Formats: sequence, structure tokens, C-alpha cells
Amino acid sequence: MNAPLGYFGDQPTQRLIPAEPIVRLEKISKTFPGRDGQPVTALQEIDLAVPQGSILGVIGRSGAGKSTLIRLVNGLEKPSSGKVIVDGANIAALPESALRHARRSIGMIFQHFNLLSSRTAAENIALPLEVAGYDKAEIKARVEELLALVGLTDKRNRYPSELSGGQKQRVGIARALATKPKVLLSDEATSALDPETTRSILDLLSKINDELGLTILLITHEMAVIRNIAREVAVIEGGRIVEQGDVFEVFTRPHHEVTRSFLGDEAGRVLPPYVQSRLTHEPSPNSQTVIRIGFRGPHATDPVLAKLAREQGIEANILSGAVDEIAGRPFGTLVVSVPENASLKTLDFLNKHGLDTEVLGHVA
Amino acid sequence: MSPEMIRLIANSTGETLYMVAVSALIATLFGLPLGVFLATSGKGELFAAPWVNRILGVVVNATRSTPFIILVVAIIPFTRLIAGTSIGTNAAIVPLTIAAAPFIARLIEGAIREVDQGLVEAARAFGATPLQIVLKVLIPEALPGIVLGLTLAIVSLLGFSAMVGAVGGGGLGDLGIRYGYQRFMPEMMLAVVVVLIVLVQAVQSIGDRLARHLNKRIRHG
Repeated sequence: MNAPLGYFGDQPTQRLIPAEPIVRLEKISKTFPGRDGQPVTALQEIDLAVPQGSILGVIGRSGAGKSTLIRLVNGLEKPSSGKVIVDGANIAALPESALRHARRSIGMIFQHFNLLSSRTAAENIALPLEVAGYDKAEIKARVEELLALVGLTDKRNRYPSELSGGQKQRVGIARALATKPKVLLSDEATSALDPETTRSILDLLSKINDELGLTILLITHEMAVIRNIAREVAVIEGGRIVEQGDVFEVFTRPHHEVTRSFLGDEAGRVLPPYVQSRLTHEPSPNSQTVIRIGFRGPHATDPVLAKLAREQGIEANILSGAVDEIAGRPFGTLVVSVPENASLKTLDFLNKHGLDTEVLGHVA
Repeated sequence: MSPEMIRLIANSTGETLYMVAVSALIATLFGLPLGVFLATSGKGELFAAPWVNRILGVVVNATRSTPFIILVVAIIPFTRLIAGTSIGTNAAIVPLTIAAAPFIARLIEGAIREVDQGLVEAARAFGATPLQIVLKVLIPEALPGIVLGLTLAIVSLLGFSAMVGAVGGGGLGDLGIRYGYQRFMPEMMLAVVVVLIVLVQAVQSIGDRLARHLNKRIRHG
């Protein structure tokens, strides 16, 4: 079973035609026995497919069921019903010994790193290889490759207590990649890190995805993680997936309340308090209509308000706004108010320019 | 202090060290697996066997709550079976071992339970078997705690070994009672106490130092 060394050179490179998803959850439900005898439902009828070579992020609040969901994929939890297909095998139905074998092709990284304090960085990375029965020379060579991959060659003999959080997570990543998995599961891997370190860990994960073609399934409660590396996203709430798709599509045109709430504190979506407090549902005489404009992709930097004033003679007040990037594509949000009687004309004009609009309410 | 006294003290110290070392070793051989099992056989744990766990727990507690001097006398037939005799230093090793093994098991159980469950989860996630988890994760991670526990057990054994003089076990306690008390030689009593203090001190500082050396959770220097 000991495959030749080399990162993933022995595996076929990413196919251009989307292949069978490497991870597929089918109608997964999970209930736990509750304290008062009432079963607690953690997941309900979850369907999720992770295409080969992609980065799929599952975002949800704490208690939404995301932790249970990711632990189903490597069999740390068993579903109450449904199938968990990883690389063609139903993980939920495998006997223990076959499951242990299957887990070698599913790496996992953790929020609190879960490194052995009694082992150095190199020894921690070697552990899965020892467990899998590789011989000493192979382990040594593989550990060196992995240390180089995560940029910790000079820290090989340091104990976890001598490493920073970011360095510990790099060791965790190297350990997870040791047995050359096909899928990497990331359980809130950056939640214990500061924003700058988060960024560097996400860059490393992106690099691994890019260079090794490794599929990554991650769960998080942080919008920044999804925005920076995920290509697809599933929003989970109350044990159900409420929205799912391309990250840019989902977050520039959110349908579900929970999805919007994750965008809530993102730049440009928060209304200034003085506007928020005066916002009403119904227009009143001489009121202004508050419109949120979403600029996506190529339109994100168009001077559309200048055009609106010049061509239509409508002057819009800017209430808040920002231009940002989601999944590497520019995306802008602008909240403006226009006179009530010009609002239909404005919406028409904006929509004609390919912009998304949403009427938030009216202010007097 | 006469040369004769010094010879007596040296002999008794040797007997005490012999009894304690052998009983500590055998008790650890039984106590370590027992402690690991107690720590991993609860409901939903690695080697889940809640009933066996509960029964073993009761047996361990029963042994630990029996006063040592009563244990020594109560198991004399068993001691004779194992050691071939019920008096002397070798015979004393049997009750010392039986008293120490459950104590060591509880200390090791405690040290193992201190290990972060996240490490067990990580090991399961990369495909380790329960036995590999014990040998490669739990015991190495618990080692500083295990060493401190064994140190405590050896110090307790030094105390217990003083009591086996009652069955002719020899050692420092026996010397102190026979010469210091019954023959009224206060200087002998004092010498015995001083030697015991030095032994306990030595064992404790070696144990502490070893545990500190093994503990990589804190930064040194």
C-alpha cells in the first residue's frame, strides 16, 4: 500500500470535465439522544456534493450542525440515516478496520491544532506515517518534503509549545497531508488565529489546492474564510442547508436571511444608524427611497451615479458603500437615497445597466 | 555511632530499597495496563466496556480502602503461595505490590484522563487503531503525569515498607522499632528517621526532575 513518494505525482492530474464528486452526502440526517430523552436533531436531509479539486466552504453559526457535518465525512460520527460517499465508498457503512484505512485518504485539520505536545514538529508529522506502517527511510523523506511544503524546515525539531499558532497549524496541515489524502477536512482551522495569520494559512491551503489538486471541505463561521478561498459555499442553519452554490453568486445575491446576516458586517452592507433608525416600510410625502445597489464583476467600478445624474437628472445621496472582492472578483455595494418620485426611473436605469437593486425602505 | 550500628543501618537501608524497588516495579507492570484500561473503558471510550470498568473500579477501591497492616496479615496464605514463605523481605514484597498496584492504576488513570481528547480525535482521524492511540498518543502525552504518580507511589511504598517489620520483613522500619523503641536507643530511631527523610527527598527530586524534563508543554530556558 506504500505508494511511491512525491507529493501527488502518482495521481492523475485534475480532469477538465467535472468528474464524479469526491465527497457526496445523500439525504443525511443525524439525531443525538438528548438529555431529557427527547432526541436532538443536528442535521436534516442534507445533500451536499464536493467536486474533485474544489474548495467548498460550509458556513453557519455555532450550533448550526456544521461540526457534525464535517465529522460525518471521515466517520468520526455516523449518520442516523443517509449515505456518505467518499471516493466511491460509503463511509457510513464501512466496518472499523476498513474505515481506518479509508481515513488515510481523508486528512483533517482542527481549530486547536491537536498536536502532540511530547513530539517535535517533525515527529508530529511522522505520526500518521508510523501508524500506517511506513518504514523509517520513507517517513524521513516524506516528513522533509512536507516540512518544506509548509515552510517549516527550520523548525523541524521544535516542540509545539515553542511554535506560534500559525506555525502549529502548518504542522497540522503537514500532518494531515502526510498519507497523501484525496480530501482535506478543515474544522474551523483558522478560528483560533489572528486575521493576518488566518490569511497566511488560507494562502497555504489555496496553494495546496492549486498545486496538489487536493479537494478541501472546510467549515467556518467566518465570512472572511469563505470569501478568500472557497469557490463554492453551503450555508447551514438549524441542521439544514439553506443556500448553496458559487460563492460569488450566493454572496452577491443572497436569498436567505442567514446568508445576509453573514454579509451583515461586511463593508458597505451596514446602514448608518441615523438612516437605520428612520427607515420605514411605507413612503410618506416627500420621502426618499433607500436603494441598495450591488455591483458585480465588470460593473463594480462603473461611475454609474454620475451617469444617472447626467442622463436622467436624478441626484442620488450616497449613504454608505464599499468596493470589495469575493472569490477574487470585484463586488461593490452602495446604499443611496433618491426622491420618491424618481425611484422607479432610478431602479429601471440601474437594472438596465446590469446592476442588482434592492429597495430597503423609505426615509422622510 | 558504633560501626556495628552503621552496619545495621546500611543493611536495613538495602532491604528497604530492595523491597520498594521490586514491589514498585511489579506493581507498575500490573498498574499501568489496569490504569490505561480504567481510563479508556468507560461508556463511549476507546475500549468501551462500562460494566468491566465498573467492576474493576470497585475491586481497586476495595483494595485501596483496606488498611495496609490488615492486608499484610489477611493475605498471608497467598503470600506463602507466591513467595514460599510468609516472613522475610521477599514475603513482604507480596503485600507491598498488592497495595501499590491499584494505587498506581488510579494515578495512571488520572494522568491519562488529563490528555486532551482532541488528540485522540486527531489520531482516529488519521486512521490509528485504539492500541496505537494508547501507545503512541495517550501514554507518551501522559508520561510526565505518570512519572509524578509513580514518584508518589514510591514515596508511599517507603512508608508502607516500614510496617512490614510486623511480619519480619526487615528494613528501616523494623530496625527503628526493634532497636530504637524496644531496646530504647533513641540515636538509632533518629538515624532511621533521617535516612528515610533523605530517601523520600531523593526519590521526590529525581521524580520531579524527570517529569519536568519529559514535559514539553512548557518552554524551558
